[in-house]
Amino acid sequence: MTTPIPHTGRRTTGGLFLPFLLTAAFLALACLGPDPAHAADPAGPAGAYQAASPHLYRHIKGVNPRVAVWLVAQLHLWFAAFVLAVPAFVLVMEAAGVLRKDERYDRLAFEFIRLSTTAYTLTAAFGAVLAAVLFAFYPGLIKYMSRIFSPTFAPYLLLFVVENACLYAYRFGWKTMRQGRAKLVHMGIGGLLNLTGIAIMVIANAWTTFMMSPGGVYQSGLFSGRLWEAINNPLWNPLNLHRFMANIAFGGSIVAAYAAYRFLGAGSDGERAHYDWMGYTANFIAVAALLPLPFAGYWLTAEIYAYSQQMGITLMGGIFGWLFIIQAVLIGALFLSANYYLWCGMERSDGGKRYTPYIKYIAFVIALCFLVWFTPHTPQMRPSEVRAIGGQYHPVLGPLGLMPAKNIAVNIMILFTFLSFLLHRRSNLEATVRWAAFGKAAQAAIFSAAVLNITFLGVYYGYFTNTVYKVASSVPQVVTTILAIAACTAIDAVLFRGAKRTGPVRWGKMPARSQYALVLLAVSFTWLMGLMGFVRSAIRQHWHVYGVVRDTSAHAFTPSITYATRVVSIGTVVFMALMVFIFYLNGRKRDEGLL
Amino acid sequence: MRIPGPLQFALLTIAAYLVLKAPGLVVQAPVPSSLVTLYMFFAVVVILLAMTATEAGTERLFGPVRRLFAEPGRERTRYTVVFAVAAAAALITYANLRPSYEAPVLARTVHPAPPRTMDAYGRTFDLSTLENPLRRLEKDDPQRFEEYVRQGGTIYFRNCFFCHGPKLDGRGHLAKGLDPAPLPFAGTDTIAQLSESYLFWRIVKGGRGLPEESRPALSSMPAWEGYLKEDEVWKVILFLYEYTGNTPRRWKEEKG
Repeated sequence: MTTPIPHTGRRTTGGLFLPFLLTAAFLALACLGPDPAHAADPAGPAGAYQAASPHLYRHIKGVNPRVAVWLVAQLHLWFAAFVLAVPAFVLVMEAAGVLRKDERYDRLAFEFIRLSTTAYTLTAAFGAVLAAVLFAFYPGLIKYMSRIFSPTFAPYLLLFVVENACLYAYRFGWKTMRQGRAKLVHMGIGGLLNLTGIAIMVIANAWTTFMMSPGGVYQSGLFSGRLWEAINNPLWNPLNLHRFMANIAFGGSIVAAYAAYRFLGAGSDGERAHYDWMGYTANFIAVAALLPLPFAGYWLTAEIYAYSQQMGITLMGGIFGWLFIIQAVLIGALFLSANYYLWCGMERSDGGKRYTPYIKYIAFVIALCFLVWFTPHTPQMRPSEVRAIGGQYHPVLGPLGLMPAKNIAVNIMILFTFLSFLLHRRSNLEATVRWAAFGKAAQAAIFSAAVLNITFLGVYYGYFTNTVYKVASSVPQVVTTILAIAACTAIDAVLFRGAKRTGPVRWGKMPARSQYALVLLAVSFTWLMGLMGFVRSAIRQHWHVYGVVRDTSAHAFTPSITYATRVVSIGTVVFMALMVFIFYLNGRKRDEGLL
Repeated sequence: MRIPGPLQFALLTIAAYLVLKAPGLVVQAPVPSSLVTLYMFFAVVVILLAMTATEAGTERLFGPVRRLFAEPGRERTRYTVVFAVAAAAALITYANLRPSYEAPVLARTVHPAPPRTMDAYGRTFDLSTLENPLRRLEKDDPQRFEEYVRQGGTIYFRNCFFCHGPKLDGRGHLAKGLDPAPLPFAGTDTIAQLSESYLFWRIVKGGRGLPEESRPALSSMPAWEGYLKEDEVWKVILFLYEYTGNTPRRWKEEKG
């Protein structure tokens, strides 16, 4: 178990008050009223925006305003994603502990929330710095946005204060509210914490998506006065869903990395077993949220295309097409590391050996899907290769570069990752029901039928019918995947009810390399979020608010892919370094009688 | 006899490499070297992951390597292996860095994003709603439609086929002198994925007329608005789809 160290009240007090101070600072900044000269401009906000160009941007010698805002916003988002996600699965785990009457879940949930609380302070700090740099460098844009969204600022800040209070009450009330009705109150606080967190996220998403797909404004930029239209713009809900799911997956992966960090430094078998279980649980959360994530991403992208063909093509086929190849590589790394961790975990019990021969086949299929997933439609080629092939498109690989092939690949990759989980789950179980053979055959049949159906839908509707059906066919593909997973899980649950155990699960019996897979999972997620966040934002190109407010600064150009990946990589290194520091601090805290 | 782990790893890696080289030998369509590098990197990673998923597998793969470097009396084998690995790395590095007269690989935007609107033929076209005005004849007046397709074919062979080829496969007389190569229209992965308004924009404005949003996009395509009338461009587009058996991309399903 962790080594207890004296708990200092000073750090806690600082942690409590810092967010409040930062809130006050943000409030002061947000309360800066609109410039009277701009308000009186008959051309409306956009006209005022363009007319007052000398005052739209501020410069500080030696500071690149775009990179400053970019990095601070990204760091704020990473921490925010983490602190929004963790309470969600902490609450589920706490409830599971109560329902199963298992103290282990409660202890684990507490350790998760402890990690989140430390990160919360940094989230607030980066949020305040972000507000400050935005006001400092982009006053014109902030004033324009404030004119439209100022009614949302007060609820945002109020929610932030409530969330803050809930988080600290939830975290510091854990011990005193452990039993009886107090536990229910404690879970109620957890529920409120989650609700306020989600509300904060959706408000911020409204501001962000308004900049991509503005609603409630005229072409001139003049605000119609209909705030709801500005909030409920075409990309708001797709981004809400995508971010919520991605946050859960990301939060799970960071906690898994923490578990790996503690596992590798564990001083006893008991400690190693505890952090192995924590890593397994966190990886499960990350993978469970990762599996449906491509579907949410597909919806968001389809909505981007529907809103603006130009933004859609810029995103997937234009200058950001190559970043999507990097994205595909990182997603492949996520799937591979999550699977590898499950494969290594099969050796925790003796019964797992029955399934290890299947690993190579699963690996082969996932690798194949992975290669299709990142095959570009128009690969980089030397002139001699272009001549040999006879054009820009490879006759064999070209069709694999289109979305139908990628949809087939990602759905099958998800199904086989689920298969890894299924085999891992039953590694120390032996079904005792009479219909065991029939049940397993039914699972195999469902699985095979799903793979065939996904392939048929992708090939037929993707390549042999009008393209209007191409996008539509992804829906039955997703439904097939979800139904197959649901059906196999349901059969598995009944099949292994009252199953014979082939031996104990030896928590802690995991090789060190499996823990590095968990670290890779967290780093890949972080990097991926940074890169895709950049792409989502950068497809606006030289617009602050797409099609309405033009970026007239010296930094309006789209950075090269190399430059962008360098900035995101620096951000990733800074974030991971701060997270490791949080891991270190958390490891030094006393256990407070819970761990 | 079971194959030793390191040998199995080497054989699987070589097999993966040969599979990637097969299209070049069998169908004369080599996999581009940039993709071979990418594919091979992940093939090696997946082979390593699959082989080290269990303790026994890890021992089988790395046990002989550890023994080679740790056990006494294996000096000759050790030095041979070290030399062979270093020589292979040197050869691969030399092959990749060897100076060549060939033009370097250039990352570019192959699929430029269209602007919202386009000015041509004395008016403004909204590309998000623009449709081929002759397309409705396919149902309303099939005979006239066929005539327009035939006229589109004539226009194509008078103007476009020099680069795009008689089979519409991007292999015209001038194609080999152009980099990037002209677009092929045959197959289901080029114009079948595009709307007619997109083709209209690319034909009318060509490479020179690409908007700021579409940079960098190299293209030697002429801007045909100076040479073809608006209806001639639409007729060529009809021909491109009819000849290749493709249907243009639509955002909504047609009623009826």
